Amino acid sequence: MTANGLYEEIIIAGFGGQGIMLTGKLLAQTAMQAGKEVTYMPSYGAEVRGGTANCMVIISETKIACPVVAKPDSLIVMNKASLNKFGPRLKNHGLLIMNSSLIDTEPQLDETIEIISIPADELAVELGSQKSANMAALGAYLQKRAYLTADQAGQALPNVLAKRYHKTLPLNIKALQCGAEFTKSCCKV
Amino acid sequence: MKTVFQRTPTLKDCPTHYCPGCGHGIAHRLIAEVIDELGIRGSTIGIAPVGCAVLEYDYIDVDMIEVAHGRAPAVATGMKRTNPDKIIFSYQGDGDLASIGAGEILHAGHRGEQITVIFINNAVFGMTGGQMAPTTMADQITATTPKGRNVAEEGYPLCVSELLAVLPGVTYIERCALSTPANIRKAKKALKHAFELQINKAHGLSLVELLSSCPTYWRMSPPDATKWIDNKMTKVFPLGRLKG
Amino acid sequence: MTEKGQTSIGTEERVLMCGNEALAEAAILAGCDAYFGYPITPQNEIPAYMSRRMPEEGRVFVQSESELAAINMVFGASATGKRAMTSSSSPGISLMQEGISYLAGAELPAVVVNVMRGGPGLGNIAPSQSDYFQATRGGGHGDYRTIVFGPSSVQEMADCMSLAFELADKYRMTAMILADGFLGQMMEPVVLKKRPSPELPPKDWALTGAKDREQNIVRSLWLGEGVLEDLNFKLDDKYKQIQKNEVLCEQYEVDDAEIIVVAYGIAARIVSGAVTRAREEGIKVGWIRPVTLWPFPTEQISKAADEFRLFLTVEMSTGQMVEDVKLAVAGKAPVVFYGRPGGGVPTVDEILDKIRQLTIRHKTQDSRLKTQDKR
Repeated sequence: MTANGLYEEIIIAGFGGQGIMLTGKLLAQTAMQAGKEVTYMPSYGAEVRGGTANCMVIISETKIACPVVAKPDSLIVMNKASLNKFGPRLKNHGLLIMNSSLIDTEPQLDETIEIISIPADELAVELGSQKSANMAALGAYLQKRAYLTADQAGQALPNVLAKRYHKTLPLNIKALQCGAEFTKSCCKV
Repeated sequence: MKTVFQRTPTLKDCPTHYCPGCGHGIAHRLIAEVIDELGIRGSTIGIAPVGCAVLEYDYIDVDMIEVAHGRAPAVATGMKRTNPDKIIFSYQGDGDLASIGAGEILHAGHRGEQITVIFINNAVFGMTGGQMAPTTMADQITATTPKGRNVAEEGYPLCVSELLAVLPGVTYIERCALSTPANIRKAKKALKHAFELQINKAHGLSLVELLSSCPTYWRMSPPDATKWIDNKMTKVFPLGRLKG
Repeated sequence: MTEKGQTSIGTEERVLMCGNEALAEAAILAGCDAYFGYPITPQNEIPAYMSRRMPEEGRVFVQSESELAAINMVFGASATGKRAMTSSSSPGISLMQEGISYLAGAELPAVVVNVMRGGPGLGNIAPSQSDYFQATRGGGHGDYRTIVFGPSSVQEMADCMSLAFELADKYRMTAMILADGFLGQMMEPVVLKKRPSPELPPKDWALTGAKDREQNIVRSLWLGEGVLEDLNFKLDDKYKQIQKNEVLCEQYEVDDAEIIVVAYGIAARIVSGAVTRAREEGIKVGWIRPVTLWPFPTEQISKAADEFRLFLTVEMSTGQMVEDVKLAVAGKAPVVFYGRPGGGVPTVDEILDKIRQLTIRHKTQDSRLKTQDKR
């Protein structure tokens, strides 16, 4: 946050197939529909095939100058390799959303960093498909940061999800809400 | 007095820059005659090659473009796709079509572009000074094969028409010779057929290969050059319809 | 992104699109009749998008067998008076130089998009700005230029497109969009609207079939004595007109600046972030962003150099545009360079550090000059 209000830099990372790009696009689309300025930058080319995938999202109340995220305010990591790679870049007082289903170690990060450890894969499997683990993680993030809601993301989802996957909309929307609920329950004061 | 022959209107009334005995002049006349006989002057766009025929637009009175060496089939693709009702023909020599432009002609044929290609095969690069072409005959002496084309090192004459004939996108291929009056009449018939296919929107590419003499770089008199086409070249490049 | 968003195109509504797709849709809005291209990263979204959208609009899409063929297909379509374009990335653009030179010689309009990646050779697929020389100096053989745009946002990628088609038609030459992998891949909200087209000269030179008129000839071969020289002078006159009339450039807080940072494209976005932070620290710094890279904003930079200032040029290369900055500054002020080549993307912190260092240098030099003045 700056004097002008919201300014949030996010990195979302995982391995290919976890829906990392879709998660980033959905976050950007939701923010844009809410009238905010956004940039979204995916990793691209050969590196995304089978390897790690990541994207950078910036959300701001005012025009975004530099779209490059060097040190994110928030980090959503879906596997261990991504935590190892991007964890050290997280800003002090930042937010880490980590998929504890696939990360079995405690992250060694600055103590000012807030950590939400969500078993995203397990939650998604319970709902019906492991594939919506990304949505659960995003739901958890949105609930924590609270500048957008999981419901808003659910409304924006048809705009970023290719039509041939629209039959999965109800499940993904449920996963978004489930992630949000998880944050609510674990972050009760 | 009875008129037995007159210049067809689409062939311009001017002297050409071609050497005595060169086949390009005959090929130009045949194309112009076919265009007039089919009444397509107003809808035809021609593509001149790089090579001796680069100034073709000075002789054939239709809209024409001059393009980079070998790229005529790609240029023709761009024209025909955006102007499906126009008649597009390219005129390419063997250096142009069989050497530097081998990729472009192969893929235009492969895509089945609805264009007409006139391929002049005189077994040599003419304009640059008589160097070896892919179509140069075995043992033929050229500026770059001073001891004759050594097939062990420089390859055999490349029969592009035969290669293209196997492509489903190629509708019609015929090889003719600009040697005797009878052969020239056959060549005109083939050219007309190739244009008609395009006019009738037949699928695919039509190509007429014309064996053509280059007395200058064959180091022969024009009459000997004509005989060389019939006696030597047709042995490697047999005449007739290869497809369609 | 595939099916979504189409209903918003042509309205004031913002859609989230990557630069490659926004540019492709903008080309369609600008009346592009034909797209010809060959796959290469990081611009593959352009041919993919066009392969779907152009047939929907009843227009032409062809995936060519090579970049050589693609540019020559553009050449053919353009010669018949159609608006044609191609896109590629650095190695593919090298292959297209033959055709771009012929387009210049034959005075045919064309739009070419280069979504730059790291080089030389196969390089990598990361964003880069290392084709500046190639783009702004013509690139192929012969004495010619192309109009070059250096957009710095997804919106500008789209906006440059209609302008590129307009200027290409107006001056009968190639207009190039010089973007990079970052801009091509990045998504931002964009408003895609049809821009009203100014009146353009009729294409009476086009090859449309010589029905009831004399033949038209499109050529770049001029063998007669002095004929090509005349053509070169004619082209040069045209290029001078463009330099006079078509320069686009953006300036920010230049008036009181002691340091001026010059950058284009995505590097300019990063620079603007650094400049804002430097201003917060009280450093008097501004930036100049050339939007057209050729014609280059020589006058604007020269004017800025009339007062004593330091110039910092930031590029994602080892220094190409900096030469144009130096030519514009013409020795009136020091010009320093900061670059990240080979796919390196500078950070705001790196540039901010550079600006801080220059502040110290500026103060020492300035006081030295003042002392000299007193003597």
